[in-house]
Amino acid sequence: MDGAARQAKGYRLMILDVDLHHRQGSFTLEARFQSDGRLTALFGPSGSGKTTLVNIIGGLVRPDAGRISVKERILIDTAQNIFVPRHRRRIGYVFQEARLFPHLNVRQNLLFGRFFTPRRERVSSFDAIVEMLGIAHLLNRWPTTLSGGERQRVAIGRALLTDPQLLLMDEPLASLDEDRKTEIYPYIERLRDEAGVPMVLVSHSVAEVARLATSVVVLNDGRVTASGPASEILRHTRFFQHMGPAEAGALIETRVLRHDDAYGLTVLQAAAGALTVSRVDLPLGAPVRVRLRARDIMLSLAPPDGMSALNVLPGTITAIEPVDASSMDVTLDCGGDGIVASVTRKSVERLGLKVGLPVHAIIKSVAFDREALGSPRMGNM
Amino acid sequence: MDAYLRQGDRSVLVTDWLSPEEWTAVGLSLKVALVAMAASLIPGIAIAYALERSRFWGRQVLDVLVHLPLVLPPVVVGYTLLLGFGRRGPIGSFLAEHFGIVLSFRWTGAALACAIMGFPLLVRAIRLSLETVDRKLEDAAGTLGAHPVWVFLFVTLPLILPGIIAGMVLSFAKAMGEFGATITFVSNIPGETQTIPSAIYTFTQVPGGEGGALRLTLVSVVISIAALWASEWMARRVRRKVIA
Repeated sequence: MDGAARQAKGYRLMILDVDLHHRQGSFTLEARFQSDGRLTALFGPSGSGKTTLVNIIGGLVRPDAGRISVKERILIDTAQNIFVPRHRRRIGYVFQEARLFPHLNVRQNLLFGRFFTPRRERVSSFDAIVEMLGIAHLLNRWPTTLSGGERQRVAIGRALLTDPQLLLMDEPLASLDEDRKTEIYPYIERLRDEAGVPMVLVSHSVAEVARLATSVVVLNDGRVTASGPASEILRHTRFFQHMGPAEAGALIETRVLRHDDAYGLTVLQAAAGALTVSRVDLPLGAPVRVRLRARDIMLSLAPPDGMSALNVLPGTITAIEPVDASSMDVTLDCGGDGIVASVTRKSVERLGLKVGLPVHAIIKSVAFDREALGSPRMGNM
Repeated sequence: MDAYLRQGDRSVLVTDWLSPEEWTAVGLSLKVALVAMAASLIPGIAIAYALERSRFWGRQVLDVLVHLPLVLPPVVVGYTLLLGFGRRGPIGSFLAEHFGIVLSFRWTGAALACAIMGFPLLVRAIRLSLETVDRKLEDAAGTLGAHPVWVFLFVTLPLILPGIIAGMVLSFAKAMGEFGATITFVSNIPGETQTIPSAIYTFTQVPGGEGGALRLTLVSVVISIAALWASEWMARRVRRKVIA
């Protein structure tokens, strides 16, 4: 293909291009977005059409109208009467329930899809994937004897071994408890960073999206209300009203600067300054992605003094957007990082906040989201 | 096997206990039942799948046709077969003329009658287990690159195996006991179409036949219990893999 030539010219391969119209009973899905992210999160409340959308991409549901292309290969185009059947799409699908075949053992489950993959397209190594997912000791077990987390890892391996062009994951962790989730996150991170298979993850957890996604598509009631890079989307509270305004926040990439063992603290270096958090077990220099929730950020015109909060970042207001009748999102530029504070309309007026005004963002160290304190790159650890 | 039995060589098989004629009836019964079961297996699976999974014109009609032998008097089924497959029947004459196949008054005809009588039982058992198959597993197999035919062979079929085994046993048992349809279609010819039920009937019609009737009844009971036990054993082996 001439993809290489295009890329040499600075052209970026579009991984997913969706433009759909689909009715299911009284529900209408009207989705239009593009994504070139390594891990695109489809985010929204239950009933917003996330699963229907991935089912259409995976070929399990035939849409009324529209087109979908994955890596510029057209899978559906109702105008041209193109509909590639699911078994020829080469799209891996990890379901909410693992859907392992009960009559096959783990090894046979893993090799099921590989058997149908054209020989010259089998590039992934069985041993490498088994090792990456930590399932080598399970190969001779039967699916019914596995724990929920183990089943999902086998399901991910089974999909990966088909060497898919795209890996769909429909809330693969929804049925697992918190401990199991934290068991799986690192594997998904490794997939995102090492395996080179673009992924679409359906999720309704902001923390999960914050930890894993590079791009986010927000779905509400069958419509795409926002899409773009994760750091852009996640800081706006108005996209997340259905979850309560509490969850939205900015994603900041930082590095471990030093550990303060005497107080059990770790200092992270962000673009705009240092952030002190409770002790994180990561080596110096390790990258850490943190989430600053908009409701946990206060604004001050003068550098604050005599406060218990340890984290203050200076910045400049770049946008003020109303969220509802009483609150507003104030976006700051803190040394290149975008941070959003959720403040009341009254405060905005009282402090005279306006675009271009220098302010200080006060972040309580307890406001760091534990779950978002994951490392974005396991490979570097 | 039955040729060997017909010779009446009793040195190996213990058995003054059954007369050569009785052995012949037992062997013939087994042959007819096994052939009937084997022959109806693939059409049974196909029709069960079609009735359960697809919507096509005439589905209701097919459903009724398959179930008819269950509700019709066996003699009616046998007579219908005689009309259709008899030497002068439309299908029978066609088969005889073009393929040299004659079914009426032959053991193959007995197998056909038994297959048809057992067919609804086979189809029902397979349909029931098809209903319980998780379609989501089939979807998953599709996304893994398996063409629908392979999905059926590698996923659906293994999952309905317990139902298939149950259906086969029902079909076999029905064939072992079939009397009305067989005797109407292929009569009661010793060594050709005289199965255990026909032989028992014959014994009860002649003075002093009680002994033979009783012995064949016992044989019949033993074969039925053995079939039931074998199916349980197979189903348990399959189920252990699927559920355990």
